[in-house]
Amino acid sequence: MVKITIDEKQFEVENNLTIIQAARQNGIHIPHFCWHPKLSVSGNCRVCLVEVEKMPKLVIACATQVTDGMIIQTNSGRVVKARNAVLEFILINHPLDCPICDEAGECKLQDYAYKYSVGESRFEFDKVRKPKRVELGPNVMLDTERCIMCSRCIRFCDEIVNKPQLVFTQRGDHVELTTFQGQKLDNDYSMNVIDLCPVGALTSKDFRFKARVWDMSATDSVCVGCSRGCNTKMWVRNNEILRLTPRFNSSVNQYWMCDHGRLNSFKNVNAANRVNAPMFRKDGMLIDVGWDEAMARATSELKSFKKNEIAAFGSAHSTNEDNYLLAKLMNHMGVHRIDFVPHIEDAKQDSLLIKADKTPNSTGARLVGIKSDTDEYSYRAIIDDIRNGKIKALYVLDDDIAVVPEIAEVLPKLEFLVIHASNENQTMKYADVVFASSTYAEKHGTFTNFEGRVQKNKPAVSTLEHDRVLDGMPLSRLDRFGAHNDRWTKGIKRDTRASWRIINSIAAILGAKWKYNKCEDVFNEIASTNSSFYGLTYENIGVTGAMIQKSQEQVTVRS
Amino acid sequence: MENQKPIVHRKDLHWWEQFYIPQIINGMRITLSQVFRPKFTRQYPEEKWNPPASFRGRPVLVEQNGVERCVACGLCSRVCPALAIDVQASETELLKERYPVRFEINMLRCIFCGFCEEVCPEEAIVMSKEFELVFRFQEDAIFGKDKLLISADKLKDRLEYLRKNR
Ligand code: SF4
Ligand code: SF4
Ligand code: SF4
Ligand code: SF4
Repeated sequence: MVKITIDEKQFEVENNLTIIQAARQNGIHIPHFCWHPKLSVSGNCRVCLVEVEKMPKLVIACATQVTDGMIIQTNSGRVVKARNAVLEFILINHPLDCPICDEAGECKLQDYAYKYSVGESRFEFDKVRKPKRVELGPNVMLDTERCIMCSRCIRFCDEIVNKPQLVFTQRGDHVELTTFQGQKLDNDYSMNVIDLCPVGALTSKDFRFKARVWDMSATDSVCVGCSRGCNTKMWVRNNEILRLTPRFNSSVNQYWMCDHGRLNSFKNVNAANRVNAPMFRKDGMLIDVGWDEAMARATSELKSFKKNEIAAFGSAHSTNEDNYLLAKLMNHMGVHRIDFVPHIEDAKQDSLLIKADKTPNSTGARLVGIKSDTDEYSYRAIIDDIRNGKIKALYVLDDDIAVVPEIAEVLPKLEFLVIHASNENQTMKYADVVFASSTYAEKHGTFTNFEGRVQKNKPAVSTLEHDRVLDGMPLSRLDRFGAHNDRWTKGIKRDTRASWRIINSIAAILGAKWKYNKCEDVFNEIASTNSSFYGLTYENIGVTGAMIQKSQEQVTVRS
Repeated sequence: MENQKPIVHRKDLHWWEQFYIPQIINGMRITLSQVFRPKFTRQYPEEKWNPPASFRGRPVLVEQNGVERCVACGLCSRVCPALAIDVQASETELLKERYPVRFEINMLRCIFCGFCEEVCPEEAIVMSKEFELVFRFQEDAIFGKDKLLISADKLKDRLEYLRKNR
């Protein structure tokens, strides 16, 4: 430990830290473009200059280690002057693109120019022109003029992904970022450079020009692309998700997320093929009906089967609460054949984030009771028994099980099939009753990731079930001030319900006396009755998640 | 009771004032003198008024060479205190990269403050001289690009005024 003084305040910090790290730990912000906590130090942007007593020149805070008794000034006259000069230099060749730049509103250069520069340029010559609208790869656009040569993107590819794909060419003010000859920026994590880029040089092709950042609300969410469960922010405008960005969690995903999760784990929420109302089959066709009708039909039909003729599939796509209540409902009905269908893709995994299990909650589903005690009850055995006619009715929680060919083959044999579905899918073709369920973006719930971390998910998109204001959902400026007759508040609100709520209503019809008002009630019951979740409450899971009691249960995913 | 205001008695009229006749004659004199002065009233709507360049009528989008100048930056929408403007950007092949696929101003919300004009980095939205706005349905009050786009030559007055008063 060493004693240092920053801006007249004394701190005691570890001795191998740099000034910028020590300051950050103590809540002092030193402006920086090229420095990033998870990347190597390159020290090229020069905006982190600070004054250290007895040092003749200003030093860069990102590459200077603290020593005992160091006295640092981050706002002295010399520092302020130098920072302004650095910004003036950077702005010499930076185009006046803010009106057409997607980064505007979350741009470090904009922010620092406001905060630390006097906003005047003495430079009268034309700016250097470089290529704009360059496709660096399948997901990333580059505007070479906007690049301030901080090299964060290059270091990310080199150091984090281990795929050197980006490089600088030329010299001086003609430096240009490009990909290596014949290469593209196409690694599985390429879109993280968009978040890393302090300016709008690297932008998302998918989100390009879709919305201004200040018009969206951001909700803390969890990616459902695989069993890692990267923490995300879900950006919503007019009840439509427009982009996902990673949210820092040191125990799960650091600052990153993969391109697959970022692009593909939310598109179904606003897709045209959403199931907007409950349905049942009449004369061979699925028709829209009311909730009560659909439930009455499902329950009366289920009652007409013997206990051992019914089976249920939980879902590793669904939350702990959904699965727990399904298990509880089956238990109430005396049905013991329950399992879920795993979705493992061994070819698609790596050592950084991406896991082979393409569902967010197989650990949780198993722990809350979606499992077979013996092989006789496993999902394969259930399929066999459907084939040989022993199982006649099946209840399926949010999972398109018919994508597995051997399941699609036996589904026509069923006499009765109830499913929860958020989007039209293969399984629907065989279903007799379809409950319109909310996606993960429209409900509260918890997921348990591959290592047993329970993480909370919050609704970002509202359905008829909630009201943005009353339910405390994040509000954008437009949500806050919009009236009912403004077009930008007229985003579709669907008549879907969270799966646990649907099961709760069915159980009530079947005579169960459950009392759950909120998702929280379900989770707290799980925590108080299930030893793996012992000690957890919905409250104390917090924003970064909490670990289950591992010793109680073997946490492995079976394929 | 103590807080009550004291009753103010009106001053009694002077004996000369109590006559009334001189007062009436004086009033008639003023009326008569007005009759022979030039008229300021206008036979609106038969007779139209052409407002000066400084007038803030409904905001319109400036069209130049067949396209809007607007790059759909959304600043007008952000600054509008009445939240009247809705802009959706998209990509164009033109040099400006962005353009508004949808640009709507809700004229029931607009309060003619002119902030949108002031904030626009492209001089793409300006206050016109139009002030006659009548609608039968709320929906009709939402002006899309079809109603908003006005060619630059028709807005010369205002554009010049803006340059002079920057
Ligand atoms: S593209 Fe962005 S991240 Fe990459 S060097 Fe340029 S400014 Fe830095
Ligand atoms: S690694 Fe998995 S959880 Fe993380 S972003 Fe990718 S798909 Fe989503
Ligand atoms: S401020 Fe100007 S350029 Fe920006 S969206 Fe409005 S009209 Fe278009
Ligand atoms: S004049 Fe004022 S109220 Fe009307 S659209 Fe412009 S900024 Fe909004």
